[in-house]
Amino acid sequence: MFTWACILLGGPLAAFAVLAAAAPLRRTGRPAALLSIAGMGTACVAAVGLAVTWSARPEPAVADVVWAATSRMPAIRFGLLVDGLAVCMALVVSLVALLVQVYSLGYLHDEPKPSLGRYYAWQSLFAFSMLGLVLASSVLQTYVFWELVGLCSFLLIGFWYRRKEAARAALKAFWTTRLGDVGFALGIVVLWGSARTLSWDGLFSAAAGGRLGGMALGLGVTGLFLGAMGKSAQFPLHIWLPDAMEGPTPVSALIHAATMVAAGVFLMVRSAPLLVRVPDLSAAVLAIGCLTAVLGASMALTERDVKRILAFSTVSQLGMMMAAVGAGAPLAAFFHLVTHAAFKALLFLAAGSLIHALGTNDIFAMGRLWRPMRVTAVYFLLGGLALAGVFPFAGFFSKDAVLAEVLHRGHPVAFAVLLATAALTAFYMTRAFVVVFLGTKKAEAHAHESGALLLAPMGVLALGAVVGGALLEGPIARALSGSLGLAPFSEGGEHGLIVPLLATAAALGGILVGWLGYGSRAFDPGRVAAAAGPLTRAITRRFYVDDVAVAAYRGWLALAAAVGWVDRYVVDGVVNGATVAGEAMAQRLRVLQNGKIQDALYAVGLGFLLLVLLALRGLRG
Amino acid sequence: MTPSRLLVLSFLLFSIGFYGVLARRHLVGLLLSLELMFNAGNLAAVAAAWSYGRASGFLLALFGIAVTVAEVALGLALFLLADRVRRTTTPDDLSLLRR
Repeated sequence: MFTWACILLGGPLAAFAVLAAAAPLRRTGRPAALLSIAGMGTACVAAVGLAVTWSARPEPAVADVVWAATSRMPAIRFGLLVDGLAVCMALVVSLVALLVQVYSLGYLHDEPKPSLGRYYAWQSLFAFSMLGLVLASSVLQTYVFWELVGLCSFLLIGFWYRRKEAARAALKAFWTTRLGDVGFALGIVVLWGSARTLSWDGLFSAAAGGRLGGMALGLGVTGLFLGAMGKSAQFPLHIWLPDAMEGPTPVSALIHAATMVAAGVFLMVRSAPLLVRVPDLSAAVLAIGCLTAVLGASMALTERDVKRILAFSTVSQLGMMMAAVGAGAPLAAFFHLVTHAAFKALLFLAAGSLIHALGTNDIFAMGRLWRPMRVTAVYFLLGGLALAGVFPFAGFFSKDAVLAEVLHRGHPVAFAVLLATAALTAFYMTRAFVVVFLGTKKAEAHAHESGALLLAPMGVLALGAVVGGALLEGPIARALSGSLGLAPFSEGGEHGLIVPLLATAAALGGILVGWLGYGSRAFDPGRVAAAAGPLTRAITRRFYVDDVAVAAYRGWLALAAAVGWVDRYVVDGVVNGATVAGEAMAQRLRVLQNGKIQDALYAVGLGFLLLVLLALRGLRG
Repeated sequence: MTPSRLLVLSFLLFSIGFYGVLARRHLVGLLLSLELMFNAGNLAAVAAAWSYGRASGFLLALFGIAVTVAEVALGLALFLLADRVRRTTTPDDLSLLRR
């Protein structure tokens, strides 16, 4: 079983190592891409092999080696943890990564060869890092891979680094997630200080045995959650994700929709046995998740950029997952993570197909694309229906699971907020679909359907978006009950029909309003937006969070400038002043050193006289 | 002539020589004053030898005279060179080591 895990990590790592070391190969473009895809294909096969061998004995298994041994403290270990959660996530990551890498081959066909090779080197590094994060057996190891995926995200957002916006967005993403990661690092330190172990099973047993608890546990898990907030774009650290859309669309699909941004949710699901012991933090996670969900969905309402609509939607859906974790339902959260990975990646790839064909991101520059781009349109429709949560698509089942868990664990307010989010989601997806594919205005650019290289990966994801929910709910629940510390969370019993009915009503209501506004034009959405004046302004200004962040950033820079001034003119001033004073004194004393031997002899004579006087005093005394 | 008087004479010679070394503005004069100081030293050694009845003081004086001869030869050679190269016989002008 661990052989499969090693092959799983080794495929992308080998591809990255070869591409990084052999620059001539990297600069060939397509061969480099094929090498990377081959590595990813190996990983995909290995993930299936891992899943099959693991399901023969479905319980957590750890293989690790001593990484850092000290005489006075327990050794820090480094290794692989294979359990249901890791296996499911590894399957999702390797499959989506493979599909996206194939898609990129078509999407980036105009890219210069060296730059295409660079792209695939980073894609391979990302796949390796993400799989390493999934299979990490200790929280420290998770952190290492966590930073690696952050680095890949930075590199791939800024892939077109000559564009100022892309470079800026890459930096924004890096700094914003780093801000959360500081909390993560502090959390690790606190956990180590109290539990003297960093392995996941060690931490869980320490918490269960009472050795890890109280303030230390609370602070440690809060630290982990801060890291997850940055990575999974939770309010108020969500500001980087919409800007991250400056990267190539396949990158947005893989990293900023399906896998890396879900790593925060994955981390919280992984540490759910710790989180459940800190009720105050759980409530905060629930609140932040709900807030993120509803704010993200409302910001998608007025957005014109098709990728940013999807980005805000990702923020919103991640908030929904986080809310489920906070409500004490990590299984529902993870289920939604898996289906979301399928349909959101599908939506991004379909959006990429549109952008590839039309050369614009603005949905109002598109229109009536149903006929010329029928396959893309169908895929977008399937993805949109899954995201909106319409029966029997994947999103319906996972969203229903999240909503039911939140309601039945006694959080009616959170349930209402998430239900409203679901309605908003259905509305903005309808708006995007109707404007792009039906619409009244014809697209300015000449539209043509994309090639098979783009459509085939979307087909696989579309399959997941359609049947993933109905087919995967059982297997995922079984796999997670064989995961480290997650067995107590497996919920039992039926919740009745009320939640699915409400969710369906919300989805259909959203779709209906969207159709009335943008399809049949029964009312003018622009007038509604104008009537809701201040709210619309707040939404278009992204609730002023970006402004606050910019102000904080500028304030921080000003503080740094002030500190720099103090350092340059006060601290350095003291040092420079000392040298200036020393030199001035030396200039005064220089007069004595005039080079005339007879003057020097005077000094010798005087010194001798002084010695004689001292000797006489000594003799007398 | 008692040893103590010899010592007083030696002290006077030394002082006059030292004054000459400090005050003369000609290199040869400086060298002459230096010779006075050397001889004051020799005289003190002889006085001590006489007083304690040992020969080592006389020997020291003899060696001192020999060294003085060598020193005078070397010093005069240097001053001749200074006169030729730097065109000066004044010690104050030989201040290259100041910087």
